[in-house]
Amino acid sequence: MNWLPTSASTFAPEVDFVLWLVTIISVVSCILIGFLLIYFVIKYKKKSDNDQTPAITHDSFLETLWTVIPTILCIVIFIYGYVYYDRYTTIPENAYEINVTAKKWIWTFDYPNGKKTLGELYVPANKPIRLVMTSEDVLHSFFVPAFRVKQDVIGNRYTFINFTATKEGEFVVYCTEYCGSSHSNMLAKVHVLPELEYLKWESGESAKTSKIASDMPLDQIGKQLYSDKGCVACHSLDGAAGVGPSWKGLYNAKRVFTDGTSAAADENYLKESILYPGEKMVEGYGPVMPSYKGLLDDAEITALIEYIKTLK
Amino acid sequence: MSQSHSFDKSYLEDGTGFKSWFFTHDHKRLGVMYLWAIGIFFILAAIASFLIRFEHLTPGQTIVDAQTYNVLFTLHGAVMVFLFIVPGVAASFGNFLIPLMIGARDVIFPKLNLYSFWVYCAGAIIFLIALAAPADTGWTFYTPYSIDTGANVILVTFGVFVLGFSSILTGINFIVSIHKLRAPGLTWDRLPLFCWAAYATSLLQVLATPVVGITLLLLIGERYFGLGFFDPAKGGDPVLFQHFFWFYSHPAVYIMILPAMGIISEVIPVFSRKPIFGYKAIAYSSLAIALISFLVWGHHMFVSGQSKLINIIFSVITFAVAVPTAIKVFNWLWTMYKGSIELSAAMLYSLAFIFLFTIGGLTGLFLGALAADVHLHDTYFVVAHMHYVMIGGTVFGLFSAIHFWYPKMWGKMFDEFKAKIAFVLIFIGFNIVFFPQFILGTLGMPRRYFNYSPEFATLHQISTYGTWILGIGFIIMLYALLRPISNKAEANPYKSASLEWAMPSPPPTLNFEKIPTLTASTYDYGTKLEQEA
Repeated sequence: MNWLPTSASTFAPEVDFVLWLVTIISVVSCILIGFLLIYFVIKYKKKSDNDQTPAITHDSFLETLWTVIPTILCIVIFIYGYVYYDRYTTIPENAYEINVTAKKWIWTFDYPNGKKTLGELYVPANKPIRLVMTSEDVLHSFFVPAFRVKQDVIGNRYTFINFTATKEGEFVVYCTEYCGSSHSNMLAKVHVLPELEYLKWESGESAKTSKIASDMPLDQIGKQLYSDKGCVACHSLDGAAGVGPSWKGLYNAKRVFTDGTSAAADENYLKESILYPGEKMVEGYGPVMPSYKGLLDDAEITALIEYIKTLK
Repeated sequence: MSQSHSFDKSYLEDGTGFKSWFFTHDHKRLGVMYLWAIGIFFILAAIASFLIRFEHLTPGQTIVDAQTYNVLFTLHGAVMVFLFIVPGVAASFGNFLIPLMIGARDVIFPKLNLYSFWVYCAGAIIFLIALAAPADTGWTFYTPYSIDTGANVILVTFGVFVLGFSSILTGINFIVSIHKLRAPGLTWDRLPLFCWAAYATSLLQVLATPVVGITLLLLIGERYFGLGFFDPAKGGDPVLFQHFFWFYSHPAVYIMILPAMGIISEVIPVFSRKPIFGYKAIAYSSLAIALISFLVWGHHMFVSGQSKLINIIFSVITFAVAVPTAIKVFNWLWTMYKGSIELSAAMLYSLAFIFLFTIGGLTGLFLGALAADVHLHDTYFVVAHMHYVMIGGTVFGLFSAIHFWYPKMWGKMFDEFKAKIAFVLIFIGFNIVFFPQFILGTLGMPRRYFNYSPEFATLHQISTYGTWILGIGFIIMLYALLRPISNKAEANPYKSASLEWAMPSPPPTLNFEKIPTLTASTYDYGTKLEQEA
């Protein structure tokens, strides 16, 4: 059985080396101690109340041995842990910088050329990347198991992650600092693209890099966007009220707003709520949703609305 | 409230009714009451953990919603830490044993001791009231979440603040008692290792607890008056809170584990009929661990955004604390060498402690190594590591103590056979619950996650099934302990050389009719060999 996730960055094999090293030391020590424990229990089992036992209280040789060996092992483990950590935290030359903003419960990524994505990070393979991260509210933590990198994200200051992805593909991002009721849904994806493909994506030439095929029905595209764009963190599909209203039965339902007025959740209302979520606040919910203006194009919004219509 | 000065009545028979207990100055009665109290809170917090594990039987919602789950893990952690394991062995067995072991009639400040217990009760009541609007912050109360959340954080943290005083006052009492009340001939190098451990623990309680008290007051100030020390929106620094919090909470880890190590050092020699191996190494390593433990708090914060240099320094010191711990394990092991080993229930728990604590300690090396911690931090690996130390270590130590001193405490004998069945179930169940969590952690499963991806389901399910075995083990253990098979215990059924066994079981209220004079070590077992002496 596999005990480590995919290894997809230059740092990953280094972390794995330390993990293997300590695992081997631990397993050997455990077997040694476990063996001695059981061996002594069997060999020196009590035979009668009059068993004679020697009053051994010291043994300089043994005591030196079990002080020196653990000390040496600790030094070795420290050094490997330190050297690789040092390499990981050193700012790479010509690093490609991407800004990351965390907010309950969505990750936003800003690229050097002004492009912006939500819940999905695109990076070129085999190029040093530096994430410059900050939080708009509570603590979060950016964790990509496949890259073996993790860093807390804090308000009012910046923290950093350096990595070079070595494998193309799609990898999960977890938030690993507890941040409230949707903490475990605060996920994102990293897409590692070949450099040329990445440049195309960045310049907007290939509008759709995601695996949404153009011949997919609209509601299926909407379903994909629901999880890719972070809607899933706050809006349930089963009628349970989360941070935001459930999407189940939402289409054409009567919504009562905080100012006392009400309206039916038709196509135009849904579109307005996606682009300007603060305009019409439904009673019982807080103004926490970010605006998706510029993050979803018109076709994508239509797809989401079509998807909501199917949730009866 | 009248204190009998006769020595023919045991402390349990000396007065009955609520008042005779709640106003007692007797360290033994206070120890027993602490034991009941921590036992009840252990069960409460354990029930929360069973619900947490049940929730993880399937990805997504199984029995509770996300918010309830967050409340459950906060409740589990906060009750286990502040009401069970921090007072834990020190307040219960420390109170019961220290005066007996040092040859005294009570602790040096008996009234203060009673007051400590009342403060503990007050803190516990505040905690229980706070359950009406339970906090959802996790037991660590990290800012700014704990400033923003709508849940009732003030009452819980105030409860912890009050409990801190109980801890400080008990610590002072033990330190002074061990300095001033040792019987003639009980020199420092003859002092039982449990007392050494309790002494080191008390130092930590007195020196570290005020810091968490002040921190939690600041947090209350943040919420109530909007102070802004920790709130980034006001220019504060949330990481500062973590520094303050772990400056207490890391030494607190040793407040939890040191007394258990003391118990192991008492139990193993008795059931091996051997003097403890390396007495001085164990005694001094307790102090060394206590001192170094003040300097490693930053290893909880390797990915918090603190500076790289600080991380490297904390990593070095963390590895330094591993060495005295390893020395202790080998000393206990070698105490058994050429002994006459009896596998009583108490001894089984102590042996399990050595093995499980070794796993807990070794997995700490993963987390101390910087590069590995970046991957493992805040995953299930940490959860598993911490439970191997806290359950495999402290709780197994406590269970060993409950079985070992049972005849002395209650004057009764329990059924060893039933207790051993319970041990087997608890040992197996514990490992099934927590070992898979190491693998969940290396695979990248974050902690405090209500929802998880289906690839983790099998390991989560195995872990949940383990809790059922563990639970059955707990119930059988309770049954064995609550249904004694004999109402007459000998003064010294296990033939221990330690002072607390040199009196009837249970002891009379004032312990010693005549204060004893010691002429030998408390670990006076076996035949002295010429060359070894």
